[in-house]
Amino acid sequence: MSLPSGWEMVIGLEVHAQIHTRSKIFCACPTGFGGEANSRTCPVCLGMPGALPVLNRRVLEMTALLGLALGSRVALRSQLARKNYFYPDLPKGYQISQYDQPLCEGGAVEIPFEGGRRKIALTRIHIEEDAGKNIHLDGRSLVDLNRCGTALAEIVSEPDMRSPDEAREYLGRLRQLLLWLGISDGNMEEGSLRCDANVSVRHVGDTELGQRTELKNLNSFRAVAAALAFEAERQVAVLESGGKVEKVTLLWDAHEKRSRPLRGKEESKDYRYFPEPDLLPAGLSEGELSTLVAGLPASPLDRLDSLMENHDLDFYEADILTRERAMVDFFELLAEACGDSKAASRWMLGELARQLNDRVQNIEDLKLRPDSLAELIVLERDGKLSGLAAKSVLEKMLEEGGSANEWMERLDLAQLSDAGELANLVKSVLEANPKEVERYRGGRKKLFGFFVGEIMSATKGKADPKEVGRLLREGLDA
Amino acid sequence: MPERPGLRESVERIRSGNFSSRELAENCLRRIEALNGKLNAFAHWDADAAKADIQDGPLAGAPYALKDNLCREGTLTTCASKILEGWISPYSGGAAARLDEAGARYLGKTNMDEFAMGSSTEYSVYGPTKNPWDSSRSAGGSSGGSAAAVASEMVPLALGTDTGGSIRQPAAFCGVVGIKPTYGRVSRSGLVAFASSLDQIGTLTRDVGDAALALESLMGQDPLDATSLGEAIPALQPELDRGVKGLKFGIPAEDQWMQLDAGPARVFQDSVDALREAGAEPVEIALPHAQHSVAAYYLIATAEASSNLARYDGLRFGPRREAETLEELLLANRSQGFGAEVKRRILLGTFALSAGYVEAYYQRAQKTRTLIRNDFQKAFETVDFMVIPTTPTAAFHLGEKSDDPLSMYLSDIYTLPASLAGLPAASVPCGLDAGLPLGTQIWAKTLDEAMLIRAAASLERAFPFGEIRRAALASLVEAS
Repeated sequence: MSLPSGWEMVIGLEVHAQIHTRSKIFCACPTGFGGEANSRTCPVCLGMPGALPVLNRRVLEMTALLGLALGSRVALRSQLARKNYFYPDLPKGYQISQYDQPLCEGGAVEIPFEGGRRKIALTRIHIEEDAGKNIHLDGRSLVDLNRCGTALAEIVSEPDMRSPDEAREYLGRLRQLLLWLGISDGNMEEGSLRCDANVSVRHVGDTELGQRTELKNLNSFRAVAAALAFEAERQVAVLESGGKVEKVTLLWDAHEKRSRPLRGKEESKDYRYFPEPDLLPAGLSEGELSTLVAGLPASPLDRLDSLMENHDLDFYEADILTRERAMVDFFELLAEACGDSKAASRWMLGELARQLNDRVQNIEDLKLRPDSLAELIVLERDGKLSGLAAKSVLEKMLEEGGSANEWMERLDLAQLSDAGELANLVKSVLEANPKEVERYRGGRKKLFGFFVGEIMSATKGKADPKEVGRLLREGLDA
Repeated sequence: MPERPGLRESVERIRSGNFSSRELAENCLRRIEALNGKLNAFAHWDADAAKADIQDGPLAGAPYALKDNLCREGTLTTCASKILEGWISPYSGGAAARLDEAGARYLGKTNMDEFAMGSSTEYSVYGPTKNPWDSSRSAGGSSGGSAAAVASEMVPLALGTDTGGSIRQPAAFCGVVGIKPTYGRVSRSGLVAFASSLDQIGTLTRDVGDAALALESLMGQDPLDATSLGEAIPALQPELDRGVKGLKFGIPAEDQWMQLDAGPARVFQDSVDALREAGAEPVEIALPHAQHSVAAYYLIATAEASSNLARYDGLRFGPRREAETLEELLLANRSQGFGAEVKRRILLGTFALSAGYVEAYYQRAQKTRTLIRNDFQKAFETVDFMVIPTTPTAAFHLGEKSDDPLSMYLSDIYTLPASLAGLPAASVPCGLDAGLPLGTQIWAKTLDEAMLIRAAASLERAFPFGEIRRAALASLVEAS
């Protein structure tokens, strides 16, 4: 996207992440996606008269962990509050959320680039309950409250982003951290990660913020970037034609690739927040917080730096290897076991990534252990397995487990690199094809490949190609 | 004459085999059937309740009634509102579950002001409850049905809920004992919320001993109510005979908010004198912020109510009206489903929380509440308990205040301070004014139900009111 020169965008994001807990935030109902409508409900999440919420402590712990990882101040005492509005998917007529005393304040999401990191400051992170879903069918509206009461963390950024790409990158890094810490599955398609944006434009160099609009329904990374670009261009067009940007909420339509204003009535909502009287102030003790701090794993960015520093990887490699915690853990074990970081990285980003992708598998579900892959890497490096054979062995190990040596034996893939044996083989191939030898010597150098092919087929591809080449040249050019 | 003993006597006699629990339940049901047409104390009851025989538990076989805002699995729970017409609770709240577990026998639900909003049990879809002492008068409210049911011996124990006095005031009007324990002592799970930070379940019984027995079963932490308290529950029955000798009790210093007519003033003075004669020492106590209780209460309670009652949109409970759009549907369901007083309070509470007003109203009311709480904290540094009249007057006539909400609100002045502070409070019948009962309230410090029972029992010894009630209500007794 490109704004006309002289303009810049200012973006802040509000991200809702479903917190991955077994039960809902205020009742014992199981969480999950889909399922028969209204099957995962109870008097509490149905908003039945007399039913009371009881806070799932796990939600506090996991959100505090996120706050700690992002450098937020985590409150020892925060307050749940009621946000009052009517909607059919909100059975109590209010959402239990947080208002003036959120669990976490401040902190930043860091975006790494080659040679540094850029910080996008956070305003706050608070906990709240998810609403249900309205389903519109044949002119009727139905309500499914399975999702109602699923725990959410709302992560609110400062207006610190300047381009759709940066917003997308911010969202990606936040999602990376959520997965890294096991807080959310970050699945945007299933709605476990959702994004709203506030966007305004101004002349480069201005310090005042322009009038912002709010964009809702940004349900994919692509939608975030596209919607922001569309909206910024719209605002610039309005301003350049002498108009004024109105404070509106817009819904992004991913099919039409355009935004539409929500009905005006939704605009001037007064949510009449007040402290939730059914719940006590929520917080973790200092002891619980220090336990969380002690258990906080090294951040993806620290691991990235460490890969560049200790394994001599470039930024690109290190960044990809640190996208998932299981990946970098695997890498470090692999690099140590095979003693070759470059080869380890090449294998993981190349063949392993390709095969995982084909299988739609994650690294944590693998039967393959880092030391088995290390064994394979060493076999290839020492010329005991050809590159092709090594790929076949990897495939077997991914499918059935077992060690590289085992599979090499079982599949009879050990590379022939014994000089004497290969020399005999070369000799017999040359003897069996006198015409071709003659033509080669007469100048048809392309026939070299024919001899290699003959040897390879005689050895079922196991011959060490380097050695074969050397011996052939010896025999032919002699 | 069929026997209808009080709670303790019922349990003792069932246990000793002197009386079957079914027989007792049958007597109560006959009494309800005979008298309810006249008193309208019960909203609905289970005519088959006497079928099973119950022998076990601390309340073995003793019949009880719930106010119609308390959930019990499989029972109609309407809060005396059209908007919950036909709603059957799919679960039991903490209070009903505990009574059932203690072996008590559920008979039915009592009448109330719609959603517990009122002080007269006139704002009910079932029509007003009549005072057993004078059927032209109010039984009080909002737990008027429970108070009238106990006074008229339909049942030895009825639960009520008290948000600003809704147990104590009807207890005083009907000449029975009403106790609201400390906020958090009895689970609010299954109590259909009016004002969550104030609502508390308590008992209406014929005497203090019956209340002590019931409360021992009723109180205790519930994992389903985050605001319920984990502190140990004191044994209450041993407190009944301890007396108040050597204790200090507070009397609120005469102030503009404490103005009584001659009759109620005399009855209250009798209570003070009786406690003094029992060996306790009166101390005048200043509660400088109590005079703001009515204002603070009606802002906080209505603010919470405006949110608590938002769920009644007609989509899931009660009758649903036809409409074209969602907004029209909500409007139709709520306009037709709620009564005038409920609407009045929803509007008031919505206003108190609105942008631009929330600081001046809701938040200021919360600050006032804190000041009132602090007043009490200071007071209880000096005294063991406090006494104050329950109501400024005896039961008023039906219709006398129902069209004058402000005067209705103002009549709650004596019960509101303890509600705002979350204190345990009791109303004990202590005398008559022009033939109508009056109650004296006891306030104890947070969690000190033991002291509450101890002081209430002493007061009761000075005024053995049971005999007076039986004599006065003899015509009712004959009616069954």
